[in-house]
Amino acid sequence: MNKYLERIYNGIIKENPTFVIMLGMCPTLATTTSAINGFGMGLATTAVLVFSNLLISALRKIIPDKVRIPAYIVVIASLVTIVQLLMQAYVQGLYNTLGIYIPLIVVNCIIMGRAEAYAAKHSPLLSMFDGIGMGLGFTLALTVIGFCRELIGSGSVFGYEIIPADFHISIFVMAPGAFFVLAALTALQNRFKAPSATNVSKEEREARKRAGEKLGCDGNCQNCMLHAEEIAAQAAKKAEEVKR
Amino acid sequence: MEQTTEIKKLAHVSSSPHFRTSVTTQKLMLDVVIAMIPAFLWGVWHFGPYALLVTVATVLACVVSEYAYERLMKLPVTVSDCSAVVTGMILALNMPPEIPLFIPILGGVFAIVVVKQLYGGLGQNFMNPALAARCFLMISFAKPMTDFSMRGAVDAVSTATPLAELKAGGSVSLTDLFIGNIPGTIGEVSTIALLLGAAYLLAKKVISIRIPGMYILSFAVFMLIFSGHGLDPYYLACQVCGGGLIFGAFFMATDYVTGPLTPAGQLVYGVILGVLTGIFRVFGASAEGVSYAIILSNILCPLIEKCTVPTAFGKGRYAELTKKLLTDNKDVKKAEQEGR
Repeated sequence: MNKYLERIYNGIIKENPTFVIMLGMCPTLATTTSAINGFGMGLATTAVLVFSNLLISALRKIIPDKVRIPAYIVVIASLVTIVQLLMQAYVQGLYNTLGIYIPLIVVNCIIMGRAEAYAAKHSPLLSMFDGIGMGLGFTLALTVIGFCRELIGSGSVFGYEIIPADFHISIFVMAPGAFFVLAALTALQNRFKAPSATNVSKEEREARKRAGEKLGCDGNCQNCMLHAEEIAAQAAKKAEEVKR
Repeated sequence: MEQTTEIKKLAHVSSSPHFRTSVTTQKLMLDVVIAMIPAFLWGVWHFGPYALLVTVATVLACVVSEYAYERLMKLPVTVSDCSAVVTGMILALNMPPEIPLFIPILGGVFAIVVVKQLYGGLGQNFMNPALAARCFLMISFAKPMTDFSMRGAVDAVSTATPLAELKAGGSVSLTDLFIGNIPGTIGEVSTIALLLGAAYLLAKKVISIRIPGMYILSFAVFMLIFSGHGLDPYYLACQVCGGGLIFGAFFMATDYVTGPLTPAGQLVYGVILGVLTGIFRVFGASAEGVSYAIILSNILCPLIEKCTVPTAFGKGRYAELTKKLLTDNKDVKKAEQEGR
C-alpha cells in the first residue's frame, strides 16, 4: 500500500484513536449527544490535527528537545484559536452547542500524542497524512457514537425524529449514556476482531513480526519491554563489532 | 475386601469442607420470593389486575434475558437458581401500577444483562441490579415512572404519594399508610404486608436484623434531628412507613452480593443508608430517596468491608497480650532458675 494511504487506513481502522488507542475520551464522552455534534467536534479536531502535525513536523529540527512540549502547545493553541474564531464566524449553531469543548481541543491527548509519537519523527507530508487519518478516525468514531446516542436517547437521525417521544430512553443523551455506548461499541469492535493494532492473535503477530512488518502498540507493555531488551542486546553487539 | 472398604470408610481423608449446609442459592432466593408474595398480593388487590401483568412481564423479561445471554455467551445457564426471578420481582414491585409494559421489560433486560451479567453474573455485580434498573428507568422515563394515578383501582385516591404530600406540608392517615391504602409503587404501599414478609425472612434466618434495623433506626434519628418537625411521633411514623423505606430496608439493602458481610460492617452500612435516605428526603428535590441511598451505599460496600474485617482467632490485641504474658512468665522462670 502507498505509504500515505497507509497512514490514513492506520488512523481510521488499525489505530483508531477512540476505539483502539482510547485517546481523547473527554470530547468523545461529552460532545456526542447527537451525530451532528460528534461530526462537528471530529472535524474541528481534524483541522487542528492536520495542521499541527504538519507544522510540528516541519519545525521538528528547530525545536530544542527540552522545551518541545511547550512549543507544541503554542503551535496547537494558535491553531485551535484560529479554528474557534472560524467556527464562531461561520457555524454559530455548532459553536454554541460545543461551547467550552472547542478551546479544550488544545489539551486533546490525540493531538499531543500524534505530535510527540509521530510528527516529531517523520517528514511533514507523511505527518500531515497521519493527521488526516487520525482526524478522520476520530470523526468517524464520534459520529457513530453520536448517532447511536441520538437514535436511542432522542429517537432521531441527524435531527429528524423517527421514534415517538414516549419511547425515548433519555438516559442515553445524558452522561451515563456516553459510557454505555462507548463501552458497547468498543466491546463489539473487539468481539468481531475488527482489524486493529490490538486485535491480532499471538501467532499472527509473530508471523507479521518475522515478515518484518512494523506493528503498532498492542497494549501488552511487557511484550514491548522484552523486545526492548532484545534491541538493546543487538545494539550492544553491534557496538562491540564496531570497536573491533 | 470388606475390611479394606471398612478401613477406607473410617480413614477417609479429604480436604475441608467436610459438611455442607443444605441451604442453596435456589432455596434462599425462593425464600425471598415467598417473603415478597404478601406485598405483591396486596399490590394486585389494591391496584387491579394490571399490576399482576406488570409483575409477570418483568419477571419473564429478567428470566428470559438471563437465559438468552448465557446461551449466547456459551456460559452455564443459571436460571434455575431463581436469582433472576428475585430481581424481576423487586423491580416489578418498584414500578408504578399504571406503567406502560415496555418500560419494566426494558428495565428487566437492563438489570440482568448490563448490571448483572456484564460484570460476571450472580455474586459479581457491585450494584443491586433491580435498583440500578429502577434508577435507569427513573432517569430515562421520568414522567411515567412518577405517575401514581390509579385508573384501574376500585377506589379513586389522590395522585400524590403520601411522602410528596408530607413534603408539601399536607397530612396523611397513618392507618392507611400502615395497611397500604395509598398510591405508590406496586409493592411498597402496604407496610404490614412487607413486615409479614420480613418476619418470614428473619425467622428463616435468610437476613439478619442488623442492616434493616440499623437503617430504620438511624433514619428515624436523622429525621428527628433534621426534619424540622422535632419529636413528632406521627410524622416520624409516616416517614418510616411511607415510600420505599420498609421495602428497601428488608428486601433490597439486605442483598448478600451488594451489602457488607462483616457484622460490624453491616451496622455501619445501615447507618450510612439511614443518613443518606434522610438527606435525600429532607434536603433533596424529590420526596423519595431510598433507591439512590441504597445504590450509593452499594458502592461504598467494599470500603466498609475493608475497614471492618473481624479479628481472626488467635490474632489481635488480646493475642499480643497473652504472648507477652507468656514470654514474661518465661523470663521470670528463667531468672528464677538462674538465681538458683
